[in-house]
Amino acid sequence: MKQTANKRQLAKLIQQVERLAPADKPLNIMEVCGAHTMAIGKSGLRQLLPDNIRLLSGPGCPVCVTHDCEIEVYLELARQRNVIIATFGDLLRVPGKKGSSLADARGQGAKVSVVYSTLDALKLAKKNPGKEVVFLGAGFETTAPTVAMSVIQAQEEGIENFSVYSLHKLVPPVLEALLLDKEVKIDGFILPGHVSTIIGVEPYYFLAREYHKAGVITGFETHDILQGLVMLLGQIREDNPCVEIQYRGGVLPRGNPIARQVIARVFEPADAWWRGLGLIPKSGLRIRESFRNYDTRKKFNIPEPHPDDKEESNKICACGDILKGIKLPQECRLFGRACTPLNPVGPCMVSSEGACAAYYRFTENGGGWNEGR
Amino acid sequence: MCVAVPLKVIKVTGNMAIAELEGISKEISIALTPEVSVGDWVLVHAGYAIQRIDNEEARETVRFLEELYEANSK
Repeated sequence: MKQTANKRQLAKLIQQVERLAPADKPLNIMEVCGAHTMAIGKSGLRQLLPDNIRLLSGPGCPVCVTHDCEIEVYLELARQRNVIIATFGDLLRVPGKKGSSLADARGQGAKVSVVYSTLDALKLAKKNPGKEVVFLGAGFETTAPTVAMSVIQAQEEGIENFSVYSLHKLVPPVLEALLLDKEVKIDGFILPGHVSTIIGVEPYYFLAREYHKAGVITGFETHDILQGLVMLLGQIREDNPCVEIQYRGGVLPRGNPIARQVIARVFEPADAWWRGLGLIPKSGLRIRESFRNYDTRKKFNIPEPHPDDKEESNKICACGDILKGIKLPQECRLFGRACTPLNPVGPCMVSSEGACAAYYRFTENGGGWNEGR
Repeated sequence: MCVAVPLKVIKVTGNMAIAELEGISKEISIALTPEVSVGDWVLVHAGYAIQRIDNEEARETVRFLEELYEANSK
């Protein structure tokens, strides 16, 4: 299935990018997908492209943007004796306000089970009828339908000891929040592939219509990203911003309507806190009242986090500016010194898909320069 | 996090299916892609098929690459 391009084809694509890149001004192109962050880092594309094409990594890692105050909530849940936390592996190491993570909690005796799928979390609930299984629902629109399906299935099968702590985030609202920030300078977006598999093209139309920004839904191979860039630069050169699909093998213009119906049946949009970015209106998903028995917040009477709890844990950490593309990872005073993948301070260093972690691993300025070669 | 892998469906039982890639098989849910049948390729994320892969669309991407390559070789 996988199509790979040879070196000559890649060289030709890079030439196309060079030809289309404006000579007089730099262009800021942002991707908002952890898999793109990784792919760009690994490919070394930043070193190969013209200097005036700046590839920025935005808030594309849902784990990285999970807020301190939410982490404290689920760490507290993990300490309860009758609770089993079921989670995707990505969340294990993310530190809360006091620096401790789910992995630490597990070391101290908490029951934390890493699952690949919500299907496994439901099996866990069936196997442990005397325990409460709390699934940490993190992820963007790609993951939300799979979590929604587990809630529907739990209701249908009468599995009562299962609930979801929804940390879900939505991509279009955060793009809009970025564009409303006067400090942010973005000319076009490499739009996420598998988020778009679900949502299709329509939710991105506002980018061109209201903000005159280019957008291309792009795949994950190096040649996909280069093709996406060629298409973006074409839109910018012709002053004709729109939403195009480069990743045509994986994304239909209409997306997956069934998956969207499943999301809408279980969840409703809600304001959400993003680590480094703050409160963004209607940028998260909360469980509807009709499924309240499966909502961890209601089941465990978890209050809305108090505003005082929402202060960022480290003031020097530049993750907020990095997620907005205002700063590059190496411009943070902590990067590579006090903050490394083994000892992450900020969210962008925590997950391997975070901007800082990818820079650390794959660039000369980071510590692991050789790894990506 | 939002990674999805292409797998080939080899058996369908109601909402569930067995899908494989290079001999490794896995039980997946096809509740989000009910149109899927045996022999189809699907993109799988977190245990769920999220999209049937349209071979024609995939081929078009390849064709685009080839055209671009030819245009550049002239």
